[in-house]
Amino acid sequence: MRALSDRAGLLLCWALGLLFCAIAAAIVIFMLVQGIRYVRPALLVTHPTAGFGEQDSGGFLDPLIGTVLVACIGIAIALPLGIATAVWLSEFGRPFGLARAAESAIEMVAGTPAIVLALFGTLVFSTPALGFLSRSSGGVVFGRSFFAAGAMLSLVALPLVVGSTREGLQAIPAHVREASYAVGKTKAATIRRILLPAARPNVVTGTMLGIGRIIGDTAIVVVLLGATLTLNGAGGVPGLSTLRGTGGTLTSYVYRNSPTGEGNQPQKAYAAAFVLLAIVLALNVAVDVVKRRARRHAWST
Amino acid sequence: MSADALPYEEASPRWPDRRVERLLGALVGALLALVATLLVVVLARAWPSFAHNGLGWFGAGGNVDHELQAIFLSGDVGGTPVYTLHAWPLLWSTFLITGGAVVLAFVSSLFVAVFAVEFAPPWMRALLDPTIRLLASVPSVIYGLLGVLVLVPFLGNHVISEQQKASVAYIVSLSGYGLIAAVLVLTVMIAPLMVAIFSDGLRTVPSGWLEGSLALGVNRWRTFWKIAVRTARPAFVAGTVLATARALGEAVMLAMVAGSVGFSPNPADGLVFLFEPSRPLAATILSNSDGLSAPPMRATLFALAAVLLVSAALLSLAGYAAKQPLKRYGIQA
Repeated sequence: MRALSDRAGLLLCWALGLLFCAIAAAIVIFMLVQGIRYVRPALLVTHPTAGFGEQDSGGFLDPLIGTVLVACIGIAIALPLGIATAVWLSEFGRPFGLARAAESAIEMVAGTPAIVLALFGTLVFSTPALGFLSRSSGGVVFGRSFFAAGAMLSLVALPLVVGSTREGLQAIPAHVREASYAVGKTKAATIRRILLPAARPNVVTGTMLGIGRIIGDTAIVVVLLGATLTLNGAGGVPGLSTLRGTGGTLTSYVYRNSPTGEGNQPQKAYAAAFVLLAIVLALNVAVDVVKRRARRHAWST
Repeated sequence: MSADALPYEEASPRWPDRRVERLLGALVGALLALVATLLVVVLARAWPSFAHNGLGWFGAGGNVDHELQAIFLSGDVGGTPVYTLHAWPLLWSTFLITGGAVVLAFVSSLFVAVFAVEFAPPWMRALLDPTIRLLASVPSVIYGLLGVLVLVPFLGNHVISEQQKASVAYIVSLSGYGLIAAVLVLTVMIAPLMVAIFSDGLRTVPSGWLEGSLALGVNRWRTFWKIAVRTARPAFVAGTVLATARALGEAVMLAMVAGSVGFSPNPADGLVFLFEPSRPLAATILSNSDGLSAPPMRATLFALAAVLLVSAALLSLAGYAAKQPLKRYGIQA
C-alpha cells in the first residue's frame, strides 16, 4: 500500500515535470511559428501608423527604440545605485538598524506591484520642480516621459542588481580582503580594485536580469510613458526632446495590438512579441554564459 | 609602518574610508527615504476615497463599473466630486485569482522542485533547469497575448457549452475571458518563481540528515518528503510569499485575460463560476489610468493601489512571522 502511494507520487513528479517542459516548449515553438509567419525585416525599420488593417499600420521601429531607451535609462540609474547599496550592505552595514531597514526596504521595493510604482511616479514627476523632465504647458506638468518611466523602471531592476551583487561580494572569502589590507590598501581601494572586479560576473548577471525585467514591464510604460504609437518629442533640443517626450515600448505595442487593446492587430502583436521574446531569451543565454565562465574562476576557500 | 613604503597607495588617499562609508550610507538613506515617501504618499492620496466611503469601501453594492464611471465624470471642472465606491467585486476577484493560482502553483511547484532536486535523472534535470528560467523570464504581456489569442478562444468555443452560456446570459456573457483562464495563465507565470526558490531550499538540506534516514532503512521517497521537505519549510514560505506578491501585482496579463468586467463571480453558480469574468485590483488601476487627471478618480485609484501595497507589506510580514517558530530548530531560510 505504501509502496503504491510512493509510486503514485513519483509518477506525479514526472507528470508535472514533463508538463512544465511541454508548456515551455509549446510557448517557444508557437511564438517561433508566429514569428516566422509575421515578422518581416521591414517591420523593424518602419514607423508605426494608426491604421485599421494589418497592411496600413506600419512597423514597430518606434516601440523598438522606446524599449532600448527605457532599458538604458533604467539600468543607468539602477546599476550605480544598486552597486552602492550592495557594497554598503555587505562591506559597511553599520549602524545595524539602518542595514536592517535598508534590507527591508529593498524587499519592499521587490514586492511592490509595478502598477503602484507607476502611480507613485505620476505624482513625483508631475511636481513643478521636476517639470524639466517632461512636457509642461501653462504651469501644469504632464509628468509622462522617458525620464519618468526610466526612473521608475530602475526601481523594478534595483532589487535584482542589489541581490546579485551582494551575493557575489559575500562569496569572496575574507582572506582576500585581509591580503589587500595587509599590503596597505584602504577599504575603499580594496572595494574598487579587488572586490568589485572579483564580483563582476554577479554584477553583470544582476544587470542583465534587471534589463530583462525592465523591458518586460508594461504597467509602468502604459501609465508613465503614455504608451503612444510613435515617439512624441517635447521641446526643441534634438536628443533631449525625445527623452522628455512620450512614446511606447514593444510591450505596450503588444498590449495595444492584442484583441483587448485599442489597435487589435494580432499579426503585428505576434511579430512584436516574437522580437521581444527573442531579446529576453538572448539576455537569458548571456546570463548563462557569464555564469558558466565565472564558475571556472570560482574562489577556493 | 609608513605609508610611503607601500607601492600602491597614496599617503593621503582621495577617498578615505570614512568619506566612502558616509557617501554610501547617505545613498542608502536616500533610498530608504524614497520607499518611506512611497508608502506615505500613496496612503495620503488614497485617504479621500476611504474617508468618504468608510468601511463600505470594502463592501458590495451597486455596480462597480458604473461607480467608477461616475467618479471619473465628476472630475470635470465645476462638478461636485463623487467618491462613492463599493470595491468588493474587485477585491473578491483579486482574492479568487491570486488564491487559485497560488494554490495550484504551490502544489505543482512542490512536486517539480522535489523532482528536480532528488528524483529526476540527469538529462531531465538538464532540461528542467533552463525550462524553469525560461518560463520565469517571459514578459507578462506575452503570457497575456497567448492567453487572449489561444486559451480564451479555446475555452470559449470548446469548453463552455451553449447551455452554460445561456444559464447566466441575463447577468454576464461567458466568452472564455474569465476566472479559469486567468488562474491557469497566472499559475504558469508564478510557478517558476516558486520552483526556483523551493529547489534552492531543498538543495541546502545537509546530506548527512538524508543519509541517516536512508541508513535506517527508510526508502528514498519517504526520506526526502519526511526530512528534506520538512527542513526546507522556510524556503517554501519565502517562495510562496514572493510568488503571491507577484500574483497580486500582476496587472497587464489579468487586464487582458480576466474579462475586464467589475463582476463578482458567484460560487453558487456551480461549474459556471469558473468561467465567469471579473477584474482584479491591479488590472482596474491599469485600465482606468487615463482618469488620473481627474482628482476624485485619482484618489480612488490610489485607494486601490494602497490596498495592494498594504497587502504586499502584510504578506511579507506574515512570511517573516511564519519563519520565526522554525528558527528554534536551527532551520535556516
